[in-house]
Amino acid sequence: MSGNAREQKADHIRHLLETEGDAVEANTLGFNDGRYESVADLEDYEGLKSEARAIKEDAIERLPALIDELTETVEANGGTVYIADDAADANRYIREVASEKEAERLVKSKSMTSEELEVNEALEADGVDVVETDLGEWVLQVADEAPSHIVAPAIHKSREEIARLFNEQFDPDEPLETAEELTMFARDRLGELIREADVGMTGANFITADSGSLMLVTSEGNARKSAVVPDTHVAVAGVEKIVPSVEDLAPFIELIGRSGTGQDITSYISLLTPPVDSPVVDIDDPDVAFADRDDDRDFHLVLIDNGRMAMREDDQLKETLYCIRCSACANTCGNFQSVGGHAFGGETYTGGIATGWEAGVHGQDSAAEFNDLCTGCSRCVEACPVEIDIPWINTVVRDRINRDGDAGRFEFVYDELVPDEEATGSIGLQKRLFGNYETLAKLGSATAPLSNWTAGLEPVRSLLERTAGIDRRRALPAFERETLVDWFEARGPRVSAADAEREAVLYPDTYTNYIDVDRGKAAVRVLEAMDVHVRIPAVSESGRAPLSQGMIATADAKASRVYAALAEHLDAGRDIVVIEPSDLAMFHREYEKLLPEASFERLRAGSYEVIEYVYGCLENGANGARLRTGDGGPAIAYHSHCQQRTMGVDRYTRAVFEALNYDVLESDVECCGMAGSFGYKQEYYELSMDVGDRLAEQFSAPEAKNRLVVASGTSCEDQLEDLLERDASHPVEVLDPRSRLR
Amino acid sequence: MSAETGAIRRRFEASLADLDVPVTSTTPAAFESTLETIASDPTVGTTLPFEGVSLPEWVDDEPTPATLERATTSVTAASLGIADYGSVVLPSTPDGSEQVSLFPDLHVPVLREADLVADMPTAIERLGPHLRDGESAIVATGPSATADMGALVKGAHGPKDVHVLVLESEGDDE
Ligand code: SF4
Repeated sequence: MSGNAREQKADHIRHLLETEGDAVEANTLGFNDGRYESVADLEDYEGLKSEARAIKEDAIERLPALIDELTETVEANGGTVYIADDAADANRYIREVASEKEAERLVKSKSMTSEELEVNEALEADGVDVVETDLGEWVLQVADEAPSHIVAPAIHKSREEIARLFNEQFDPDEPLETAEELTMFARDRLGELIREADVGMTGANFITADSGSLMLVTSEGNARKSAVVPDTHVAVAGVEKIVPSVEDLAPFIELIGRSGTGQDITSYISLLTPPVDSPVVDIDDPDVAFADRDDDRDFHLVLIDNGRMAMREDDQLKETLYCIRCSACANTCGNFQSVGGHAFGGETYTGGIATGWEAGVHGQDSAAEFNDLCTGCSRCVEACPVEIDIPWINTVVRDRINRDGDAGRFEFVYDELVPDEEATGSIGLQKRLFGNYETLAKLGSATAPLSNWTAGLEPVRSLLERTAGIDRRRALPAFERETLVDWFEARGPRVSAADAEREAVLYPDTYTNYIDVDRGKAAVRVLEAMDVHVRIPAVSESGRAPLSQGMIATADAKASRVYAALAEHLDAGRDIVVIEPSDLAMFHREYEKLLPEASFERLRAGSYEVIEYVYGCLENGANGARLRTGDGGPAIAYHSHCQQRTMGVDRYTRAVFEALNYDVLESDVECCGMAGSFGYKQEYYELSMDVGDRLAEQFSAPEAKNRLVVASGTSCEDQLEDLLERDASHPVEVLDPRSRLR
Repeated sequence: MSAETGAIRRRFEASLADLDVPVTSTTPAAFESTLETIASDPTVGTTLPFEGVSLPEWVDDEPTPATLERATTSVTAASLGIADYGSVVLPSTPDGSEQVSLFPDLHVPVLREADLVADMPTAIERLGPHLRDGESAIVATGPSATADMGALVKGAHGPKDVHVLVLESEGDDE
C-alpha cells in the first residue's frame, strides 16, 4: 500500500469512527453481551455447536445429491426450482417471473443473498417497484445506503438520524420522534405497500431437502406477510443453505438467535413448505372469506451458485459454506465494534467471515479491501455456532492476496535485510517488516542502544512512516543488548535437574528475548521457586509474526524449525512453557495447519502458558508462599489476552491470583486493539486506539485507576501503556519473588 | 397430571413470564367466558380442532381481508407448546390461520396442555412428518418485535401482544 492509499484508508476509517462508530458500538456490544448470557442458559452449548457443525459438514459434502433431492421434492410439492450459475442468471430468471406476473410491485423480506445478486436494481430497471419490508432494510432503502451488518443492516444509524430521515422524506403531519412512533409509521406505510404487492420475495436461512421447507428466522413478521399475502413467492438462497431433513433444523433454531443478537429465539421461526396452503390476502376481493378461496399459488425457488460450488472444491474456502450468517463473528470483533461493516466488509458481506464470502462470490479484490481488519485475535472462533476457524480463512485469503498483488516498490531494497520464504508475488514493505520481526529484533538487539536511539529520531520515524506506514505516534519497542537466552546461559539454572520436581523449557519468544527480557527473568525465578529445572535454548520465532501478515510459507518454515528445536525436549519429558499467549496459540491452534498431525498433537499436549504451569505446580504441592502473594502485593487491574481466552487458559491466571490472595479487577473487553503489529500501522492507528479506549475506560474507572495494570500479552501491555500512561506488567512479574511492583 | 407434565407446564409458564407474555388456563366448558375476559372486539378466529371446544358466536370465524383488517384480536389453534422457550407452534391452514394470527394487535393462541413438549428437538421431531406432508407452521415466541428504530418496540408487522390460553382437559383441575 502506498503512503497515499494509507492516508485515504485512515481518513475513511476516521470518518466512520466519527459518524457511525457510536451507534455501531452500542448495538454490537449489546448483541455480544446478549450472546454470552443467552448461550450460558444452554445445557450443552459446545455439544450443540458440534452437532450443528457436523450437519453442515455432511450437507456440503453431499451437496450435489441434496440439490437433486430438493429439486424433486419442491417440484412434487408444486413449486419450481431454478439453479442459477451466477447473479446475472438469477436476475434474468427473477425478472422473467415478475414480467410473466405483470408485477408492478414486489415486496421483499431481508435477504443478504438478494443483496449479493443486486436483484433490486435489476427489477427496478424493468419498472418494478421493489419494497424492502424489514424495517432496517427499509430505512436503508429510503436513505439509499448499504447494510453495515448482516443481521441488523441499519445498526449504524441512530434513532435521531432515522427520525430526521423520515421527517424529511415523508413529511408526516406530526414529526416522528420515538422508536415507537417510527416503528408504527413504518408498519402502516409498509402494510399498505404489502397489501397491493404482486410478488413476495424472501431468502431462506435453511432449506430442507426431505420436505422442501424454507426456514426463515425473523422477529418483525414481515417475512410471514411477504410470503403469504401475494399469490407468487420467489425465494432466493445460496445452494449451501440446504440441509438433509427437517430434524436437522433443531440445533440451528437453538443457536442462531443466541449467537447473533443474543436472543434465545427470535419471535418467528417460519417453517414454510411452499406453495403454502394459506389463502392469498386479496384486497380486490375484500369480502370473500379466506375459507372460500381456492388459490393457485406460484412458488419459485432460485438456488444460487455464484461461486459456491467452486468454494466447495477449495479446501481452504470450503468452511465458509458452513456459515449460517448469524453475525456473532462481527459482534464479537473489537475492530467491527468500532467501525462496523462499512469499513469491515466488501461488496455484500460484513464482519470476519465476509473475507471468505467475498473471496468466494465476488473475488479476491473485494476481500482485499478490508481483509487486514481481521487481526487474528480469534475471539470469534468460540462464538461461531458452526466452529469455523474464521481467522484462518482471513489468513489464507491474505496470503493469496499477497501472492497476487502488484510488485511493491521498496521490496527489492529490503529483500536482503528481511528475507523470507515467500517465493512469489508482492508483499508490501510494511508486511515484510512485521512478518520478519525476528530478523529485525536480532539486528536491533545486536546494535542496541544505538538502534533504539536512532529509531527514536524524528527523521527515522518520518522515513518509517512514509515507506513502511509505521505510525509515528506509536512508541517503538526498545531492544535489549543482552537477550534472555544470553543472560540465562551466563547465569545458569539455580535448581539442578537432580533436585527438580519437573524440567521445563522456557520458550524465548521474540519479544521476551530481545525487548522485555525482564519478564523472562521473572519467569525463570518464578519457575525455580516452584522447584522447576529451567532451560532456555535458542528457538526460532513461532511464525506468529509472518502468519499475521498472511505469509503462510514463512510461518510454515518457522513452525518446522520450532518443532525441530523442541522435539528432543519433548522426548526427554520436559514441559514447554510459553510466556506470550499469541505464540502459545500458534502451538495450540495454527500449528495444526502447519505441522504433521502427530507433531502438532505432541507439542500441543506438552506446552503450557506460564501461569497455567504455575497453577499446575501449585496443584501438585508446590509452595505458593515462595511467590509474591497478594498480602503485601499490589491490587491489580487485569486484562487477559484475546487468544489466551479463546484457548480457555485465562482461567489459570485468575485462579492463581485468587489462590495467592490478590485483589483483582478484570476487564471484559474482547481485545485491546493492538493485536501485534496492527496498532503500529499508520492506516489503523486511530482504529486501534478506539478499540483500546473501551479497555482504557474500564481501567480508568474510580475502582480501577489506582491498581497495578497487568496484562498477559505483549501487545496488550504496550497498548495499555500508550492509552493509560501507566506501566503495565505481565502476571509473572507480579508473582516474581523479587517483585517490587506496586 | 403426571409429575413430568407438571414440570413441563411450570417451565412453559416460566418461559412465558420471562417474555412478559400472559398465560391463562381454562377448560372446554369455561373456554368462552375465559376468552371473553381476554379478547377485545372485533375478534376473528379460525377453527379450533379440539374436542368440546368451538369459537363463540361473537368471534368472526369466517374472516375476509376486510374483517381481518378491522379485527383487534385473533384466536387460532396452536399444535404444540415448547416449554424451554415459551413458544407455540402455529400450523398454517387453508382457512387462513397464518394471516389471522399475524394481522390483529392481540393474538390468542389456544393450546391443549397435552400438547406441551419439553424442548426444541422434540417439537421439531413432531413437526417433521407434517412438513414432509406439505404443511407449514410458525414457531412463534412472544409478540412481533423490532429494534431497528433505535429501541425495542413490540408490534413491528405482527401482533403487539400475545396471550396464551392453555386448555386443560375436563376434570383435570387441581
Ligand atoms: S462465520 Fe460463524 S459466527 Fe460468523 S456469521 Fe457465519 S456462522 Fe456466524
